[in-house]
Formats: sequence, C-alpha cells, structure tokens
Amino acid sequence: MAKTYQEINEKIASGKAVVVDADEIISIVESEGYEKALEIVDVVTTATFSPMCSSGAFLNFGHATPPIRMEKIYLNNVECNGGLAAVDTFIGATQESTDKSYEYGGAHVICDLIDGKDVYLRATGKGTDCYPRKEVSTYVNIKDMNEAYLYNPRNCYQNYSAATNSSSKRIYTYMGVLQPNYGNVTYATSGQLSPLLNDPYLRTIGLGTRIFLAGAQGYVTWQGTQFNTARPRGENGVPLGGAATLAVTGDMKQMSTDFIRPAVFEKYGTSMFVGIGIPIPVLDMEMLKYLCVKDEDIYTSICDYSIKDGSDDFVAKVNYAQLRSGSVEINGKQVKTAPLSSRYKAKEIATVLKEQIEKGEFFLTEPVTYFPMNNSLNSLAIREKGGNK
Amino acid sequence: MKQMKIRLTFPKDLTAEPVTYNLVKKFDISFNILKAHVDYKLEGTLLLGIEGEEDKIGEALRYLNDVGIIVDTDGKSISIDFDKCVHCGACTAVCVVNALEMGKDCKVTYHGERCLECMLCVKACPQRIIKNVFDY
Repeated sequence: MAKTYQEINEKIASGKAVVVDADEIISIVESEGYEKALEIVDVVTTATFSPMCSSGAFLNFGHATPPIRMEKIYLNNVECNGGLAAVDTFIGATQESTDKSYEYGGAHVICDLIDGKDVYLRATGKGTDCYPRKEVSTYVNIKDMNEAYLYNPRNCYQNYSAATNSSSKRIYTYMGVLQPNYGNVTYATSGQLSPLLNDPYLRTIGLGTRIFLAGAQGYVTWQGTQFNTARPRGENGVPLGGAATLAVTGDMKQMSTDFIRPAVFEKYGTSMFVGIGIPIPVLDMEMLKYLCVKDEDIYTSICDYSIKDGSDDFVAKVNYAQLRSGSVEINGKQVKTAPLSSRYKAKEIATVLKEQIEKGEFFLTEPVTYFPMNNSLNSLAIREKGGNK
Repeated sequence: MKQMKIRLTFPKDLTAEPVTYNLVKKFDISFNILKAHVDYKLEGTLLLGIEGEEDKIGEALRYLNDVGIIVDTDGKSISIDFDKCVHCGACTAVCVVNALEMGKDCKVTYHGERCLECMLCVKACPQRIIKNVFDY
C-alpha cells in the first residue's frame, strides 16, 4: 500500500495523520508487524542536536543616513564578511572574537541575536560618492534587521566517525578532549533517531524539503558540502561513516535558543549546536524498512585523531548500540564512550515536530529535485600552477 | 562501617596540625588521600575518602569542626547550570571516575561522592556551564 505526499498532507490538514518518532516506529513494527505499521503510520519524525561547525547567518542591517558601504564589519568584536553589498553580511559560526578569542565567537553572536539581545555593530568603509559615510558604531537588534537567516552549508551529517587517541598525550579536538592511550571514545550523531540514517538514499529528503531548524520551519537548500554518497554502505544501505550532508536555511526571527546553542571546544575553537528535525513520510514498504533502522544496525569507524600524517587511522568498527552502552573494546581493553550530540535534545525536537504535524502546523514537501548518489570527495593537492594533482 | 568523601579546608594557622594522625589514633578512621594541596596563602585543602564506624565518624567531624577546619561533606566540587545544560555528554568523556554519567534517560547526572576534583569537565563543557565551586 503506497501513500503519496498529497494524501499524507490531506490527513495532516484534517488532523488525522498518525505521526511517531524514529524510536517509536521500531516498537510499533515489532508489535504490529510491517503490513499493519505501513497502514497505520503516515509520518516518522527524526532529529539531531549536534555541534555543526559549517553554519552561519546572512544579515541585512538596513541603511543609515548618510549611508555606508560596510567593508570591515564586526558584531560584538566578531568579524563578519565584508565582501557582499553595502549592508549585507555573512557571519560564520566559528569566527572568533578579537577580544575573547574562541570563548565568544560567531555562534554566540547568532544566538544572542536569536535571544533578542542588542549586539554592538562596528563597521568601516572607504567612502564612495553613493555611500559617503566611512564608519558606523551602533547597536543592532534582530527585530530591526530586514533579514536575518541562518544559512548552514554543511549540517546534519549522515553518520560520522567516532574519535579516540592512541598517543601518549591528551589532545583537544572538535570531537572533544581525547585522553591519551585510548583513554576514551567520543561520537556524534543520534543514531537511530538521526535524520539521514533513516533515509539512507535520500529518497524523501532533497532540495526544498521543509525541516524543523532551531525552532523555525526551514528548508533544505542544497546538498551539503563534502557530500559523499559514494561512501561504502552496509547491507541495509546505511553508510559506514560520514556520507551525505545538507545545506539548510531558516528565518532566525522564528528561532529559539532552546534548539540552537553556541559551543566551545577547548584549544580548538567555537562551534554551534544546531537542532534539526526532519519528518519522513512512510511512502511505502521500502521507506518503512529504512525507518526501522536500529542503533545496533548502524556501524561507524572509530578513528585515531592523533594520526594526522595521512596513514591509516582506523581503529575499530562499532555500532551505535555499543557506543551508547558506555564502553567499547579496543585492543582487548574496555574504553569509555561519550556522546557529543545530545540525544536528549534530539528526542525533544522529534517530539515537538511530531506535535506540530499532529496539530496541522507543519506539512511535508516532496523534493523539488534529488541529490546525486555516488558523489565522492576530492582532497586538496599541494602543487605548482599547472602541475598534476 | 560507613564510607564517605570529606573535603577539609585548613586555615593558615592550622596547616601544622597533625589532623590525619588524630583521625586514625582517636577515631579509628581509615582513609585514602584523594587530593592534597597548600596554596600560596598557606591555606590547605585535603580531600579524603574515609571509612569508619558511624558514631566515630560523627565524633571525628565534630573534632575537625572544633579545631577550626572547614568540613565539607556534601561531596560537590563542581556546579552545573542544569537550566542551560543540553546533555550533550562532552563532560562525561573526560570523567575517569564516572562522577559525571550519561543516564538511560540521556541526561547527564553528577555523583559528587565519586568526584576527584580533576576539573577536566570544566574545560570540556562546550557551554561553559560547569564551574569549580572552590573558585572564588
């Protein structure tokens, strides 16, 4: 029995859609069987809340009188991009402030704006005939900005390598503090609740897909950067490491810091926890089977983050049930595991999204177009002009 | 027998008092020194895991109080702003003694009695909401 997007949206509009989250669908299928579950359930909500460095925001301040063409731009002493039109800018989440270093960065500015706080704007320009002002120093607030929208070029990783450290020194990474001599393992993704692990071939998630983005209704706007759908997959279709990613956007004026937060990684830098929820329509039996993926069926590699010379950093292959158990075995020794993604927050987002769909406030979208499969990654060659890669 | 963690803060004029000797001799308490420190103001800190008869421990704590030592028995060495915590789990990665633990409900819990005050979690917290309660 197949369902269309239109049929599902009609059920949402009439308040009759049956929506469950990606944990619940597993137990429903276990108790009711696949056929019955396919008949009953219309939508499965998935979610993640994880540090996502490749994030940022486009802002438009509006013009002052007389106007300025902003070329060097700072918000709370965090430099923003001055390479756009006069009062447009892009602020990257990982940009560090000139006064507080990575303890306050672009992610903090973005979240302060979302919280409705006044933010200090300092900008200079060379002065032109049409934009005579050469500097501006004022406070700005999101409510007065013409536009403030998140644009994150790479979010929502479909699986990710777990991290450990074989060296004799403690190392500080974007995967947290890694203790020496395989002292711990950290991992990021919410496993069976994570969006792209529930739709491994992106059958329902593509250009234009409406998503829950930090409390707002946002959209998938492109394939994410470092889009690697050629990553080897298990028999269930789930990639065995970092694979697909999404570029996403949404209106910051509709967002809440309940679902987006600045993050600081010691001796690494600033990042941002981004909360994303994606509803997946139960179109047919194939989708239902993907949606029943369990932590124990999702495998990833533990990589040695102390190896950076290009040699093999593979340590072990594990599944998310093992990672979530609190310890995994490496070289015959039990090693403590810890997450960096909040599964607690992910569950909260999946639940909020479920309620929005049930109340008829959130409708599903069929992708405008689908993202390429078998897309592989290039690396950066260090070479002379015209030389071979 | 009762086990507990106590944190003793010695004022400057008491750093020469043989306190641990008295705990053994007078109150028959066995202990593990978890951490010991004397700072630049000559104020001392001693973190002990102790074991003894319940009434003897009570007497010992009164003795420590009487000689002017500040005794902290609640075991909490850090404070976590749980209103802001997103339960990411980054702090649990560095906690060797599992004082910070990810529960079955996917929330972080703090077991002060296990804490050895290494303070690595303070630096590991991405939201900077874990504070060393002894930092004034």
